[in-house]
Amino acid sequence: MNMHARPADPKKLIKGATGDWEVVIGMEIHAQVTSNSKLFSGASTAFGGEPNSHVSLVDAAMPGMLPVINEECVKQAVRTGLGLKAGINLKSVFDRKNYFYPDLPQGYQISQYKSPIVGEGVVLVDMPEGTIEIGIERLHLEQDAGKSIHDQHPALSLVDLNRSGVALMEIVSRPDLRSSDEAKAYVTKLRSILRYLGTCDGDMEKGNLRADVNVSVRKPGDDFGTRCEIKNVNSIRFIGQAIEAEARRQIGIIEDGGTIDQETRLFDPNKGETRSMRSKEEAHDYRYFPDPDLLPLEFDQAFVDELAAHLPELPDEKKARFISAYGLSAYDADVLVAEKDTAAYYEEVAKGRDAKAAANFVINELFGRLNKEGRDIETSPVSPAQIGAIVDLIADGTISGKIAKDLFEIVFTEGGDPRAIVEERGMKQVTDTGAIEAAVDAIIKANPDKVEQVKAKPTMLGWFVGQVMKQTGGKANPQAVNELLKGKLGI
Amino acid sequence: MSKLTDLTITAAREGLAQGRFSALELTDAYLSAIEPAGDLNAYVLTTPEKARAMAQASDARIAKGEAGPLEGIPLGIKDMFATEGVRSTACSNILKNFVPTYESTVTAHLWRDGAVLLGKLNQDEFAMGSSTESSAFGPAVNPWRRNGSSQPLVPGGSSGGSAAAVAAHICAGAAGTDTGGSIRQPAAFTGTVGIKPTYGRCSRWGIIAYASSLDQAGPIARSVNDAAILLRSMAGHDPKDSTCADRPVPHYEDAVGRSVKGMRIGIPKEYRVDGMSAEIASLWEQGAQWLREAGAEVVEISLPHTKYALPSYYIVALAEASSNLARYDGVRYGERVPGRDIVEMYEKTRASGFGAEVRRRIMIGTYVLSAGYYDAYYLKAQKVRTLIKRDFEEAFAAGVDAVLAPATPSAAFGIGEKSGADPVEMYLQDVFTVTLNMAGLPGIAVPAGLSSEGLPLGLQLIGRPFDEETLFSLGQVLEDSAGRFPCPDRWWE
Repeated sequence: MNMHARPADPKKLIKGATGDWEVVIGMEIHAQVTSNSKLFSGASTAFGGEPNSHVSLVDAAMPGMLPVINEECVKQAVRTGLGLKAGINLKSVFDRKNYFYPDLPQGYQISQYKSPIVGEGVVLVDMPEGTIEIGIERLHLEQDAGKSIHDQHPALSLVDLNRSGVALMEIVSRPDLRSSDEAKAYVTKLRSILRYLGTCDGDMEKGNLRADVNVSVRKPGDDFGTRCEIKNVNSIRFIGQAIEAEARRQIGIIEDGGTIDQETRLFDPNKGETRSMRSKEEAHDYRYFPDPDLLPLEFDQAFVDELAAHLPELPDEKKARFISAYGLSAYDADVLVAEKDTAAYYEEVAKGRDAKAAANFVINELFGRLNKEGRDIETSPVSPAQIGAIVDLIADGTISGKIAKDLFEIVFTEGGDPRAIVEERGMKQVTDTGAIEAAVDAIIKANPDKVEQVKAKPTMLGWFVGQVMKQTGGKANPQAVNELLKGKLGI
Repeated sequence: MSKLTDLTITAAREGLAQGRFSALELTDAYLSAIEPAGDLNAYVLTTPEKARAMAQASDARIAKGEAGPLEGIPLGIKDMFATEGVRSTACSNILKNFVPTYESTVTAHLWRDGAVLLGKLNQDEFAMGSSTESSAFGPAVNPWRRNGSSQPLVPGGSSGGSAAAVAAHICAGAAGTDTGGSIRQPAAFTGTVGIKPTYGRCSRWGIIAYASSLDQAGPIARSVNDAAILLRSMAGHDPKDSTCADRPVPHYEDAVGRSVKGMRIGIPKEYRVDGMSAEIASLWEQGAQWLREAGAEVVEISLPHTKYALPSYYIVALAEASSNLARYDGVRYGERVPGRDIVEMYEKTRASGFGAEVRRRIMIGTYVLSAGYYDAYYLKAQKVRTLIKRDFEEAFAAGVDAVLAPATPSAAFGIGEKSGADPVEMYLQDVFTVTLNMAGLPGIAVPAGLSSEGLPLGLQLIGRPFDEETLFSLGQVLEDSAGRFPCPDRWWE
């Protein structure tokens, strides 16, 4: 039974020839644990080394070698479990998943089958229509495999074992997702939580976060349909595309009178379609059994409590705090907490300033500009102190909002102290009424016809404001211009 | 003076300490003894140069007064142990040229304490067998023969080469491994002493795995005291083996000769199996009598799940073996037979690299773990294992200090006699020994008499977890009563 049953949302249904279809999605996320050494050996987990340079005797499965659990990986899994508000199992068991493959040196993967380290949890995902709860079924620890390389030699395949034995967390969701957008949002949120926790860097390009996506379709209200598993999708965009393609494929088959075969499929991003990898009949018999080289993994509640006590503030909590403490809108708070570094950047800007103004500037100016450049907050050329100075200049009336944009552009491209730039380049807002008045008078004098018009149609005032601003190089205080014009024009 | 190779470790240690001979002389004596003993096929590799270098280093340490507990003692090592720079094959073709870059923890402990490596000893392939006939190097031969017969007999297995070498005095002692009786059964077949310590007493790191939850290293020696000396060096904590116990290693020699007065010895009635020979039955009774005479109390006990031990053992052990041996795939090391594609390469490599018995065990092990059979076989066998363990726990809780049982159902048999069509006949060799491995308990096999045909027979003592000391005390009583059993005819010399 689906414990988190939601009524089908008409907006998320897919139109078919025979009516509307609902897509049902569950995900298995493989997240590489951030740790210096592998799950059961002391070899380095560093990315990008020469092939087979981070391989211990254990990783190469030399005769007589034995695995020894890496405590840091256990801690990372527990931290992640806590971050997913999940139950932590004080006793879990490592099993062997047996199959032959050249990049699997032992001939089995050490994984957790019947007794995972983390049990049921939940991830809250904010969608435009509201927050949805995605159930987590379990999280378990397992070894990654090596890499087979088929394009380096005409007749041979090569194997790189650098990855062999690196710790992965497999995070299994319940089939609670109902659209590709939800699926993308779920992975984005999960990735954000992992990055906050520091338990996985979430780098999908390096394969440090990959998804197996289970997709089925049904008529709203029906039981679950037969699912297909799309293996190893390695970008959030592809996850969305794969789900769309697979759902349409399944709907097409059913509407043509066919049935869905349970199978494993691969997504081809170039063709935008999924293709069969192996059928249920071809599925391996993994012959799971408890690994006799490892004792059951046991720890006490105090171990968990200690880790819980040092858990960082997570996105949901931070968002709530941003809303209550800074008075931000839910949308702004969401944008700011998505990345830990962004949130920290924002908080530095907001310190001792109008938090909303700071949020606006960070989100609208900084993020917009960074996006345009394809950069992220870590490589931002503008520091929180510089942004703060610009916000201050607006707040104390030294510059207008419009000038602030120009100033920001200068700081972004050239660097420098915003206050000094304003001084040097004469960007200060003109608040001297005398100077503004002169400009206002000149405009009124030069445009008697417009003066007539504005008296009948007060919205014409905007035209006068624009002219004054133009004449003053944008430096006039718009408020003051407005006041003066109204007085002089008598409206 | 008798030959140096006839000295026990205990005696050789004294001779070395007193300077009556050097470690190099002792090692050379063994190397000379090994040379004509080729017919025993006990060694699959000798390392004379390394041995002499190690012996010279021992002499230097003795001279400086820095002798270790095993200083200058020449040992043979079962081929299951990875020895750095020295070919280690588990007597399988699939590893026939494998030279490890690492040293097993147990052998490293032996070298740390000054022992000298003479070479690697024959065994059943991957320790799968009870006769050493499944070795890729051909069978080892028992130094013992039936009265008036020259028929070659098996030395038992899987540590048959080790037992044969110890009995033939072509090493002072040997390091073996025991998964279902592989130390105790060959010890019984060759008139030597073998102890399988408690699971977790010795590190398994660097020992080629057969069945991880059952494998345990232990010594084969000429006397109980020699076994105590060797085990003290071999045992000890190793952070590289998660199943290795972190507890101090007692000075086992202190337990040898300790009084057994007031100890309670259990005789499990279920071990009186159908068809037990009168010879074995009377040896067993004789052993009980000797212990009584030494002041122990002998009581009948019940270990009701005994009869399920052997079939359960062959499920658990083979299941683990099928997985442990998956790494021998021709990809990274060992032998490779090319194929059209990866699957054919696997098939050809493993078909030609593994012998018939190993292939059989991998097949059975794979079967019992398969979907649909797991619960009926593997899971049930694990449940039986728990019950077997509980049987012993209840006996110990009722005040029994150790259990006395035969080591084997018979004396050594002829080469080829049991390697026929029915593998179960061979498996029955383990009927008295596998229960301990299933329960993780220590067991010592001590020679206690001769069969009517003049072959050695052994008794087995089973102890509480980590109470090897009691076994050494009781074993010494048996040795004192029965005497030692040196091989009477060195026909190979």
